[in-house]
Parts: sequence; C-alpha cells; structure tokens
Amino acid sequence: MFGQAILNDNLPGAKQHHWSPYTDNGGTIVAVAGDDFAIIASDTRLIQGYSILSREQTKLFKLSEQTVLGVSGCWCDVLTFTRTLEARMKMYLHEHLKPMSTPAVAQLVSTMLYHKRFFPYYVSNIVAGLDQDGKGTLYSYDPVGHCEKNRYRAGGAAGAMLQPLLDNQVGLKNMKGGVLPDITKEKALMVIKDSFISAAERDTSTGDGVIINIITKSGVEVMHFPLRKD
Amino acid sequence: MFRNQYDNDVTVWSPQGRIHQVEYAMEAVKQGSATIGLKSKTHAAIVALKRATSELSAYQKKIIPIDTHMGMTIAGLTADARFLSRYMRTECLNHRYSHDEPLPVSRLIGNLGNKLQVCTQRYDRRPYGVGLLVAGYDDKGPHIYQTCPSATYFDCKAMAIGARSQSARTYLEKHLNEFLECSVEDLVRHGLRALRDTLPNEVELTSKNVSIGVVGKGMDFTIYDDGGVESFLAGLDKEDRRGGRPLPPDVEGDLKEVPVGESTAAPQDPAMSVEMDVEPHSGKD
Amino acid sequence: MYANPNSIINPSLWPNGPAPGCFFNFPGANVTSTSSSSGIITRTQSPVTTGTSILGLVFDGGVMLAGDMLGSYGSMAKFRSIERTIKVNNSTVLGATGDIADFQHLKAIIEQKVIDEDCADDGFTLKPKALHTWLTRVLYNRRSKFDPLWNTFLVAGIEDGEPYLGCVDKIGTAFSDSKIATGYGAHIALPLMREGLEKKPQMTQEEARALLINCLRVLFYRDCRALNKHQIATITKEGVTIENNIELDTNWEVANFVIGYE
Repeated sequence: MFGQAILNDNLPGAKQHHWSPYTDNGGTIVAVAGDDFAIIASDTRLIQGYSILSREQTKLFKLSEQTVLGVSGCWCDVLTFTRTLEARMKMYLHEHLKPMSTPAVAQLVSTMLYHKRFFPYYVSNIVAGLDQDGKGTLYSYDPVGHCEKNRYRAGGAAGAMLQPLLDNQVGLKNMKGGVLPDITKEKALMVIKDSFISAAERDTSTGDGVIINIITKSGVEVMHFPLRKD
Repeated sequence: MFRNQYDNDVTVWSPQGRIHQVEYAMEAVKQGSATIGLKSKTHAAIVALKRATSELSAYQKKIIPIDTHMGMTIAGLTADARFLSRYMRTECLNHRYSHDEPLPVSRLIGNLGNKLQVCTQRYDRRPYGVGLLVAGYDDKGPHIYQTCPSATYFDCKAMAIGARSQSARTYLEKHLNEFLECSVEDLVRHGLRALRDTLPNEVELTSKNVSIGVVGKGMDFTIYDDGGVESFLAGLDKEDRRGGRPLPPDVEGDLKEVPVGESTAAPQDPAMSVEMDVEPHSGKD
Repeated sequence: MYANPNSIINPSLWPNGPAPGCFFNFPGANVTSTSSSSGIITRTQSPVTTGTSILGLVFDGGVMLAGDMLGSYGSMAKFRSIERTIKVNNSTVLGATGDIADFQHLKAIIEQKVIDEDCADDGFTLKPKALHTWLTRVLYNRRSKFDPLWNTFLVAGIEDGEPYLGCVDKIGTAFSDSKIATGYGAHIALPLMREGLEKKPQMTQEEARALLINCLRVLFYRDCRALNKHQIATITKEGVTIENNIELDTNWEVANFVIGYE
C-alpha cells in the first residue's frame, strides 16, 4: 500500500506537496538550580516565520508547588504535551494520593517524549524544581526523550547561544581548581536576566518580555521583566 | 437461605411491579457505614463514618476524590465504588483535556446514571451495590448528588445514606434552613452532628473514624482525615446527642425512591429486612 | 517473552488509561483518511475555496471580529456572500480563514454540539475558551494524521464577564491575545491594530469598530483576495450581534496617477 503510493508520486505530473506538521515558534528557556531553590525563566514572544503571533505568551507551566516545566519549540506540540502531562500527573495523584515529585515528573517527561519517538513532539523541555530533600534540581531533554540532570541549562531557540554564557558564569568553567560553591539566588537571577537581554539582542525569536519562576520550599514566586520588542 | 420466585435476575418483574435484584442492591447500600452530604450557598461538604472490618485492619477509606472540583463518599460495596470512581475521574479528565474546564457536576451525574441504568435492565449484569454522595462545585454553585444502585439520582440540599442514616436525615431535615448561610466550619459541624446521631450511644466520633470532604467557592476539593478533623470535632462531645433518645429499633427500610409494595397488598412478597439486616458484617463500607 | 510482538514496537504507555491524545472522541477520530480501492491514500494537502483574513480586537467590555464575505476559488472571486463569521451561542462567535468547506464541516459539528447542550437544558453553554481548546484538539489531531483541516480560526466571546479572543491554526498552534489577525491581515492589519491599542489600551466599542473598519479598508485596497462586503461581529455582556453585507466607502482617485490604469 505504502509502496504503491511512493511509486505514484514518481509518475510524471505527480505533485510534491509541501505541508509540514511542524513549525518553529521560537522562544528561549533558561534554568539554574541552587542548593534550596531552582529558577526557571522563559521569554514571552511567540513567533511564526517572521511574524510575531503574541508578545505575552509564557512558556512556563507550573506542574505542582515543587515543579515547573519550561517548553519551547513547535507550539502545537508544546500545548499537547503539557496537557497530556497534566492529565498524567492527575492520574498519578489519584492513584497514589500524593503529588508527583520532581524526579518522578522528570522520568515521566522522558517516557512520554520517547513514546513518540517516530513522530516526535518537536519541543525542548526543561524541568526545574525541588526534589524530595528540598534541593534544587533541573532536568533537560532532547525532543525524543534523552534526559540529563543539570545544575544550569539554556534551551530553545537561543539555547546554543546562552549555554556557553552559563558555563562561564554559573559553571565557572573558566575558573581554576577548587570546589564550586552553590550559586546564590541573587547571582542566579542576575545571570538569567543578563542571558535574556543578550539573547534578545541576537535572536529574533526571543524578546518582548521574560517570566521568571523561583521555586523554593514556600512555593513558586513569579517575576516579570521587559525585553526589547523589535 | 430464602429464595423468591421473582428475584433470579434483573429482567424479571415481580407481580407487584418490583425488581427484586435491584432492591437487594439497594439493601447493600444500607449496610455500608453512614455518610452525609450537605451544602451552603458557597460550599458542599461530605462527612463519613469509617469502619475497620477487624481489629487487624485499617479503617476503610470512605471519601474518594474525583477531580479538583469534585469528590464523593460511598456506602455499600467499596469495590464497585472504586470502579465507578475510575469512570468519573476519566470523564472529568477527558473534559478538562478537550475543553480546559471542569466538567459540570450535573453532566457527570447524568452520564453516570445512564451507566448505572444498563445494569438494571440486562440479565447478564449485576446492579452496582453502592450508593454515592457526590459533592461538587461548578458555575451553578455547590451540589450534593445522591446516586442509587437503581440508577436513580437526586439533586439534594442535604442527604444521608448508609446504616442507620434515618437519624441523620431527621437531623438534616430539622436544620435544613440553617445550612444555606453557614460557614464551612459550621456546615461540617452540622454534618458531624447528623453523623453522630447514627451512632449507637456507646460509640463516639473520633479523629480515627471520621472523614470530611469540602469543596466550594475558591476551594478545591479537600479531604480532612485523622489529625485534620480534630478542629472540627472539638467541643462536639460536650453537646447533647438528640436529647438522649434511644435509637428506634428499625431505622432502615427508609429509602423512599424505590416503590415499596403496599403492606396490605397480596400476594405478599417476603420482606427483605430479616435476611439482609445482618450485623456485624464485612466487605461493605 | 512478549505475548504480543506488537507491544515491543509500540509499547502501551498507559495501561488502564486512555491513550495519549485519545482522551476524547473528536470528530473524524475513526476516519484515518480517504482511501480508494487501489490503496492510494489521499489527503487534503492544499485548500480549494478559501477565505482571506479575519481580524479580532478586544475593547472595553467586549470583543469584535471582522472579515469579508468572499470565497475565492484560486484567484477567482467566486463566492461573494460566504458567512465566515458565525454565531455559536449568546457568548461566543467563530471566524474562519482558509478552506471554506473544512470550515463549514466543522460549523455543522459545532452547531450539533450547541444543540446537544441546549437539549441537556442544564444552563451550561459552550464558553469561548472551551471552544478554543476543543478546536485546538480537533485541528491538532487532524494534523497528526497528516490530514489537516486547512483553517485558521478566531474564537471570540465573553468568558465569566471578561472578553476572550483566541486563535488556532491548521496544525493546532493556539494562543490568546487582545488583538489577532489571520492570513494577509497578520502582515497588513495587525500592525495598525497594535498601534491603535498602544495609543489607547482601553478602547470603547466605537473606537474599536472605527479601527477595524479602517483595517478592513486597507485590506480591501491591498489584499487581492479581499472583497468590499464585510461582516462585523460584536460580543458584549448583552450578547452577540453580527452585521452582514457592510460596504465601505473607498477612494480610488490615486489610481488615475498610475500609468497603465484606464
């Protein structure tokens, strides 16, 4: 059946179609984990091609009092993935009568992504939160479910641009020797803000504003600051 | 063991126009421990008495959360209730997934009623042996719904089901007009007083045997268990219990929704209270 | 080892639960595609009769949708009285860009949804956000079958007393904003609307209407697939009004300066 369809495509006069189920909606996520906190931030611009669809679309999804998910990429996949994840988390809650811990969410995200290995969600995920011991944790993913635990991570459109900056400023990769001290909340916030300002300068799909979620044991604090809108 | 000519399966009517299998299922509800639902203008509360089947077992859970805007208590077969709760949770989840809003309580109960009805009309089915009191909150305010194995359901101001629940209903009827303006605390306390009225004199409500569920305006469905119920119970033991009246010998056989044959009607179907009213019992909560 | 060899290739992610993305019976869920006896699968890969831009704008106490009434057949202005903005119920309207047939197919399904809801008679009606989410799921499911409904929809309405405006495209990209334009309007009209809202964030109904009419006029001048016959839908707490067959004053005097005109 499939073979026939391919053969027919090669017939003279057959038209090649150019429809893609994916699109790139831009957006950048940055997250940093400290000793007793985790910070995750996203820009608020949603693009398609050269058009700005919206200037106030957060890409952070609060999953529980302990966990926030940041997603960017193909927005329709982002929406579907997060809705399914929320449903799965509610099923967990009903089954176990307790909310999912951050490491449990992290594993579920990986499983759900890999389940669509051959028609993937075209998304870049970062899960940030506190683990069962109250320590800041952070997990980053590729679109098909590879999962890695990190202390800091930049993802999305300007991810490749910002990761070296974080390596330098948070990972202190330029420093010689010694044990790395845990980053303070103030320093982390400063680095995150600077990252987004830098990304907005050079990446057209990042801009308009930033939403920052600070996860501590007392809950999730939300902050907002503007970026250039051009 | 007694057998009736017309109770082989649910597709057979008795000459009095009754379906015995369905009525037997209704009896299962009366064997579960008592549970109460009531609502104010802004909140709906459910209060339930937990039982332990033996000294060795834990207290059986009576309140099942369905969604953030809904929960229920059960009386009857716990296993049947778990099955129904799974259906209700899935319906709520589906609606949230596809419409991004909570499923209206009345819609869910309507669908549930349709599901229950099938079992009352097919020879290869058994009616669910559980009664539910569903507390929910949606755009139309707080709701208390009662469902029966007979697949009927009721939109209630307040209701009590389970063993000796007639005493609780008497209390609820007496104080019905006070509920509307109640705070959450007062509403729950009304529920607890009604629940206490179902108890034998020597038994008291404790943090061990009481579960409370509340949902309402700006409040997700919340369950209070163990230590969580102590603040609601505080001072309740100081209050008088129904003026110390002894329990009437038969407080059962009082669910009016099933047409009960006239006592003078002949030929008489055997009364069920004798063989069904067995205590102590197990498996029903 | 495995009872079902299929389970290795496609393991069940979610036993005892609905399959991911299959929470709900969306229309066409059982129709995988149109297949002929030869086994060749055919799907919509391009639109046929199309509608151009729809504009949506939130004002103080309500929201407006505007668009023209043309159904283009390629470059031919074939159908000149197509209703691309429809009333769903007393709080919600829906506007469509793209394939008219796909839109009318969904329109029939939505109308049936509304009728079912009326029959339930429980006082609950389809809210704009619920319709927006539902449409997003429908469109995403269709794109996942590589059989998209070729539309971009604007959903406008009043939700819990607040105006709501949402957009969803043919692959299920959905968002909500106070000003949205689809199609050519996203390039031509949206900047005008953003400028207007920047000058006055809380517009009155009259100001919003004037702004939209200006945008429609500009679109008629510049969009080859536009027609000077418009619909404007206004949704406020009082309900929905849709004005049909609105013709705008136009001025083509400058055309005489164009060499080759005449």
